[in-house]
Amino acid sequence: MSPSSAATPQELKTRIEAAIPGATATVTGDGHHFNAVVSAAAFRGLTRIAQHRLVYDVFGTEIGDRIHALSIQTQSGDQA
Amino acid sequence: MTDESTNPMREAIQSAIGENPVILFMKGSPERPMCGFSARTVAILQSLGQPFAAVDVLPDPRIRQELSALSSWPTIPQLFVNGELVGGCDIVTEMYESGELQDVLGLDVSTETEEPTAAEAPPLSIENRL
Repeated sequence: MSPSSAATPQELKTRIEAAIPGATATVTGDGHHFNAVVSAAAFRGLTRIAQHRLVYDVFGTEIGDRIHALSIQTQSGDQA
Repeated sequence: MTDESTNPMREAIQSAIGENPVILFMKGSPERPMCGFSARTVAILQSLGQPFAAVDVLPDPRIRQELSALSSWPTIPQLFVNGELVGGCDIVTEMYESGELQDVLGLDVSTETEEPTAAEAPPLSIENRL
């Protein structure tokens, strides 16, 4: 994938799932504003802040730039 | 070579966070939010009658740069309570719905019918402190 092209929900999903061990992501979005629901065992025991940082860290400086906005909901798999 | 200890913008942000028990970094002002996420976060704080200081990050891009470097959080808004980052719009919304936000703010939800304090801390202008 080329980081200079427009972001797609599928790209975000793939990158989140590749970067966070055991993660399952559902991503929706219009190319600029995205919403990601991410479930991962790796979130277990982490604060919400730490869970969201893991997801933001997948994209680094692309957040606010190429990916204009990314809303995140995280689930550790043991709170459902 | 950059010496971070003499970064006036970062120092101003740090003191603002230290001096205000509840402070929101946002796009626009509480009266005139310039982004839906900021507007939603303001609305939640206001619905709780929670006074808060607000900093508009839009007038100077360095505010946002330094804030994000300081907090390791890439997006705006950012809510700090007692010097700690609570989160952005998503986390604040989730915590409001679960009642955790009220706990963090030290609000007694059982006395929610009390008159909320009218006085809000005036918005800060970090750029004026440089």
